[in-house]
Amino acid sequence: MTALAGLTAVLLGSAVALIFFYAPVDEDGLNQKIFYFHVPIALTAYVCFGWGALKAFLHLWKRVPTADLESYVAIHQGVIFGAMTLVTGSIWARFRWGHWWVWGDEQLVLFLVLFLFYCAYFMLRFSVDPGPQRANLCAVYALFGVVLIPISFLAIRLASSYIHPTVFTSSGPQMATSQFATFCVAWAAMISLAYFFYRFELAGKRLAADLKELRELLA
Amino acid sequence: MRRYATDVAVLARKDLTLELRARDTLPAMLLFVVSALVVFHFALPKSSSGLAAKGLLWVAIVFTALVGLTRAFVPEREQRLIDGLLLAPCDRSAIWLGKSVAVLAFLAAAEVVALPAYAAFFSGIGWSTIAAVVLADVGIVAVGTLLAAVAAVSRARELLLPLLFLPLAIPVVVGGVGASVAGSPARYLGFLCLYDIVFAMISWASFEYVVTE
Amino acid sequence: MPLGRHGRKGEEPAGPDAVSREVIRARGLGKRYGDKRVLEGLDLDLERGGFLLVTGPNGSGKTTLLRLCAGLATPTAGSLDINAPREAIGFAGHDPLVYRELTAIENLDLYGRLYRVSERRERIGMLLERFGLWQARNERAGSFSRGMQQRLSLCRALLHEPSLFVLDEPYSGLDDAGVDLLDRELADLRAGATFVVSTHDPARVEPLASSLLAFA
Repeated sequence: MTALAGLTAVLLGSAVALIFFYAPVDEDGLNQKIFYFHVPIALTAYVCFGWGALKAFLHLWKRVPTADLESYVAIHQGVIFGAMTLVTGSIWARFRWGHWWVWGDEQLVLFLVLFLFYCAYFMLRFSVDPGPQRANLCAVYALFGVVLIPISFLAIRLASSYIHPTVFTSSGPQMATSQFATFCVAWAAMISLAYFFYRFELAGKRLAADLKELRELLA
Repeated sequence: MRRYATDVAVLARKDLTLELRARDTLPAMLLFVVSALVVFHFALPKSSSGLAAKGLLWVAIVFTALVGLTRAFVPEREQRLIDGLLLAPCDRSAIWLGKSVAVLAFLAAAEVVALPAYAAFFSGIGWSTIAAVVLADVGIVAVGTLLAAVAAVSRARELLLPLLFLPLAIPVVVGGVGASVAGSPARYLGFLCLYDIVFAMISWASFEYVVTE
Repeated sequence: MPLGRHGRKGEEPAGPDAVSREVIRARGLGKRYGDKRVLEGLDLDLERGGFLLVTGPNGSGKTTLLRLCAGLATPTAGSLDINAPREAIGFAGHDPLVYRELTAIENLDLYGRLYRVSERRERIGMLLERFGLWQARNERAGSFSRGMQQRLSLCRALLHEPSLFVLDEPYSGLDDAGVDLLDRELADLRAGATFVVSTHDPARVEPLASSLLAFA
């Protein structure tokens, strides 16, 4: 764990350094730097949701005993990173377009839908008593979520032709090598950070579960 | 295969019979959808285009479906009647399919009233809208029935179902409104087909896990 | 407290087969609901043709055990093997599992179709008559008294001629006539089936039992 923490710190540090000192300044000026946070955070959130769905599938299919908790923690991280995506995206939009929210940004809208979906996951989880049934329900819902990602994306794409005439994406399609390198380091840093939080939270939850079991045995 | 179909038919008939006797869900849905349309009339300022009203039709459909779905598993939960169905040798997914067929029937019945009412209050409805309604109903009911079973387990069932359902209903609304409004509805109808197939399959496959204790 | 002791009573159960496979076998069976551990470390063997009598105070886990035996719940710890397919299990519990808005005959017809009972109508008629519900067959189950609902529930449990009966306090709610009726039914069915029965009145059922499980 300490090795992981160290790695994360190094990656984050180098990412920040690269972002602010190495990557070329764009016409947007400082605002463009937010991309190096926004997009990696968004991609990391997708990875978290995907990981959560994978663990959910393992729970349902193979009955792996740890899978339910891992799925939950992964989705938890996904929601945290998802919230950060929305915040960074919103900040970018404010500085670029003058509004705190722009519906024309398809990725951001997709994120909003997913964010709502996965928040409902937590509502579900905390309104059912712990046990095998709760694990099943959450796993099924997590799988619905991962299916929803491409469907929603398609939907938002389709919707843009009758809602807003202007369509743009917040991540530039072409990147110069230096930008790309910075981007990669930033992404590695975010994944590392997410993984660190994931392991950290898992360890904490397992400890709590062990403690509870111990208490019950002694009682 | 034939046994499966028979089970589904038996279960769907059971739900339809129950509703015919109890007569609470369907009248509520009818009243709700007409009231909603009247509210929409007052919600649209003068300068709104006719297209805005088209969008609101879909809002009405989604929320009317929610009214029906909230009631979907009520007897099974309140009187533990789901046990009776789980004890039976039928496939678990047949329970989902039977229930979906019944809910679909209620939703269709509500729309038989809603669509003419809409045409009277607002503007005419083209064939593309009707096709979209048919396709959208399948998707809404498939996902909604599964989520109704999920919500039925929780303590906060009436609160939870809309929260679980609405994000999943967004693509349906997009497909429906697009088909009603856009020049070439084929894309949107195709999208609704895709939604139906994908989510019906995943709902069908996962129902078993939702009901095991 | 969910302490279980397993004891065997006297003689061998009368069964047609020499070699009897266990119908129910549990090892270290545990079930928890949320934080509450209802069953823990339970071992159980029920041979074909056996009759397991389960006794104990309210809230001791009897109902949970019976639900597990009927396949309505899954264990959270240990193992549970039930060597009976779903169509061979007849369960009657605290809830009668009948739809209030359907008539008695419609309820049984529903289950009859789901269980693919052969000669459904005849069997339903016979059961309703045997349990004294023929007169009320076209009335909604919701209008039945508690005793009548219990009788209907028993009809439902017997409808498909199960080989494993899981009955959770089957005598509850029955009047004297109903109690006699059930006594006779159990005696009639005893030889051809395996039973798990929980009751507050063990004296009544004890003559039939081959083994006893007492929850503390």
